[in-house]
Amino acid sequence: MSEHGHGPQGRHGHDHHGDEPGFWQKYVFSVDHKVIGIQYTITSLLFLFFGFCLMMIMRWQLAYPNSVVPVIGKYLGGAMASGGVLVGDGYNALGAMHGTIMVFLGIVPLGVGGFGNFVLPLQIGAPDMAFPRLNMASYWVYFLGGVVMLGSFFAPGGAAASGWTSYTPLAVTALSGQTWWLFGMVLLITSSLLGSVNFIVTTVQLRARGLSFFRLPFFVWAQFVTAFLLLLAFPPLEAAGVLQLMDRLAGTSFFMPSGLVVSGVPQTQYSGGGSPLLWQHLFWFLAHPEVYVLILPAMGIVAEVIANNTRKPLWGYKSLVYSVVFLGFMSFVVWAHHMFMTGMGTALSTFFQATTMIISVPSVIILTCLIISLYRASIRYTVPMLFALAFLPMFAIGGLTGLPLGLTASDIHLHDTYYVIGHFHYVVAPGTIFGLFAGIYYWFPKVTGRKMSDLLGKIHFWPSFIFINGIFFPMFFSGMAGVLRRQFDQTEQIHGAAAHGLTVMSSWSAWLLAVAQIPFIFNFFWSIWKGRKVTDNPWEATTLEWSAPSPPPHGNFATVPVVYCGPYEYSVPGQKTDFCPQHVALEA
Amino acid sequence: MSAGSVEDIRKHVRVYVMVFVALAVLTAITVAVAEFHFLTVPQAVAIALFVAVIKGSLVACYFMHLISERGMVLWVLLLCAFFFITLLLIPVLTTQESVGV
Amino acid sequence: MEPHPITGMYNGKFGIWLFLASEVMLFGALFSTYVLLRVGAEPGTWPRGDSILNVPLATFNTIVLITSSVTMVMSWASVKMHDFAKGRLYLTLTFLLAATFLVVKYFEYKAKLTHHQVELVQPVTLHGHDVLKITGHLGEQTDEFVMIAPDPPPEPDEHSSEPTRSSHGGHPEEMRIERSNITRVTDFGPRHSTFLAIYFTLTGLHGLHIVGGMVVILYFMITGASAWQTMPEKYTNRIECTGLYWHFVDLVWIFLFPVLYLL
Repeated sequence: MSEHGHGPQGRHGHDHHGDEPGFWQKYVFSVDHKVIGIQYTITSLLFLFFGFCLMMIMRWQLAYPNSVVPVIGKYLGGAMASGGVLVGDGYNALGAMHGTIMVFLGIVPLGVGGFGNFVLPLQIGAPDMAFPRLNMASYWVYFLGGVVMLGSFFAPGGAAASGWTSYTPLAVTALSGQTWWLFGMVLLITSSLLGSVNFIVTTVQLRARGLSFFRLPFFVWAQFVTAFLLLLAFPPLEAAGVLQLMDRLAGTSFFMPSGLVVSGVPQTQYSGGGSPLLWQHLFWFLAHPEVYVLILPAMGIVAEVIANNTRKPLWGYKSLVYSVVFLGFMSFVVWAHHMFMTGMGTALSTFFQATTMIISVPSVIILTCLIISLYRASIRYTVPMLFALAFLPMFAIGGLTGLPLGLTASDIHLHDTYYVIGHFHYVVAPGTIFGLFAGIYYWFPKVTGRKMSDLLGKIHFWPSFIFINGIFFPMFFSGMAGVLRRQFDQTEQIHGAAAHGLTVMSSWSAWLLAVAQIPFIFNFFWSIWKGRKVTDNPWEATTLEWSAPSPPPHGNFATVPVVYCGPYEYSVPGQKTDFCPQHVALEA
Repeated sequence: MSAGSVEDIRKHVRVYVMVFVALAVLTAITVAVAEFHFLTVPQAVAIALFVAVIKGSLVACYFMHLISERGMVLWVLLLCAFFFITLLLIPVLTTQESVGV
Repeated sequence: MEPHPITGMYNGKFGIWLFLASEVMLFGALFSTYVLLRVGAEPGTWPRGDSILNVPLATFNTIVLITSSVTMVMSWASVKMHDFAKGRLYLTLTFLLAATFLVVKYFEYKAKLTHHQVELVQPVTLHGHDVLKITGHLGEQTDEFVMIAPDPPPEPDEHSSEPTRSSHGGHPEEMRIERSNITRVTDFGPRHSTFLAIYFTLTGLHGLHIVGGMVVILYFMITGASAWQTMPEKYTNRIECTGLYWHFVDLVWIFLFPVLYLL
């Protein structure tokens, strides 16, 4: 029986192991981590799709400025478009909501809520999370937060339009759905906090016998560090969100400087004395660790897939573990590299430049270990492996292009240009999202007992790989040419007009990328019912989740597993098979 | 969990009372010192925070039994304390024109 | 529930400590806000806490909260010694002390929210000086003018400039100020100044945490008897976890009090 830990309600519920739960308790308000993981996955995939659609509208405006958006132009509301042509505020609203939805409603819930919830307890041999009801609460608070966030589209001034970064004083004075955004964020952050407590307690306290920390799969380490980042970095943004809400609703001046004039009107209703930079510090204190929250689960997935499809242990397991822990720690002390242009003085900017350079070291170590793992391996080019292999150079490009941004001198030229957009999208889009696709194809058989079609998977992979590079690679050049971000018509400037061809290329790549997702969407749903049925361990993997039935029942394991060896005992000399599961003792 | 026997808990109760007295005395000291207006602002801040840290430590160590807890929790809290101080100090340092390091 | 070898704690206790770590970061962000706003304020504009806030009342509240921490830990100690009745008694005392704290807070807030400040375009003569700001209690307000009963001037001894005490008895008649001469009318709530903004936010969030704690304590007061019959050890552990949360709330106040009221 799992411990129903102390929560705000503190209810000691009835033990349901005797009676069969009804529909609502089994599928909607379930406390089973697997059901919750699936709920997170489906919801976040829908949000990812929606966020992508917002971007496709923006890309029309960027490629063909001031022309009518085809198909849906006439449906865009007054705050967003005029006669089917996007207006500046509408473009900004799409941009702000695209970023917010992708980061907070899409990637993190999928990587942590979806994959983490489903796989982590299985990989450590636990029957469920430490606090199952808290787990259910985190999903529903996330769901509510998502609904509130989308609610901003229906606010009188249109959706929040002050960037996903909501810089003040613009965000305070904006007449848009910014207030909805703030309430949505408070809910989402609460959901994350509840989840992170669960993940940490589960990982430390619920491991199977014999599963020491250094026998954990790298995926678990990645989720463990991620949970600490969420636990300690999110609260300052929750506080900041409350402060901005007070500025908007209670007329305080936390972020409102003295003497502010907006559109010619002096803002004397505020006391002044506030600091816009305060918002930036509190925001980036979270948002920098947040980007590591975005990448770490994907790195974890890629590590698992690579170990499995190279049929050898990961190279440098200890280096991987120490690097990811060090990375997590360093991520808290680099945040002001997003603020180099705010006039902070050379001592502090040098400090942040130094920490930013230092943090690139563990990332490089992790990438290098994964690449060396391929050396002299018998690589199986399964669909998950294709995505995992693609992750490596994509993350490398994303990481390397971050260096000129972390160095203050070059950042002067590149800050707030398309170069930045190219950099971070490379890490998150061909980086993290490809890692998450790898995870979906890899763990689909465990969740459903069926495999997704390999042919459709390859048809999904190759065009996606080509077109996603087509979107983001040109952005480095646009940015170096000086094209600024959050600008809805770059052709108004000479250098923008000169670089416009690159933008058109990005836009067409984006629309073709959308087409390339169709085989995936079809494959995903079709395979749930019609996919080829497979055994419990179709990939011949070593980690504990593959020793459970597919799909695992409530309670996961028929007998509690005991662990005898490390997570990647592949191709051990002298063994009969080329893999030895963790719960099986190696033959002497 | 801390020691289970009834005798041990009784000893703890004595400690709780002593800590309460200490906290009350320190509170009185804090308020009294604040009345001394000849202190400069940095001095007042330093003394107030010093006393607050002592009071806080008493609550954490004895009421929250941190003094009898194992290493892992202490490490998590120390890590947290480090980040707390970072969050507190670094933004202010960015407003200074030079930092006397 | 058995303690785990690595942490030495059962799941719920470890979970609560992690939650408290995140709460440290939450209040940390607000303290950081306090520091940044104070450092960035124009010299002379940031008030001394004791010139605006009621120190004796807050000192009383500090002792109340510390006492409630003692009764909370005594509640846990009692159930650990298998004395359920005493445990419930101490729990009830904790609840009552918390309620006392909130009642005092209510009076503190009320005093602030019923006190006003009028900021002027052109100076006006008051108590023999030309001033651009008048503080006091509002009377009739129309579209053309605002009536305000100004506070008496502060005496040479700084400590009696408490708004709560100075506004009763012996104040001069109301003054009439034309709206055309007014830039802003505000209460002494969060919108008044950045000092009061952070004061209300910090104490307000702290107050909400007290309310949350009271809800949980009330729940255990009501359901404790049946829980004690069916699962005494679990019940004891839950009281312990509640206690940890409650001590944390006390801990935050230990820092809040000197920072806001005394510095």
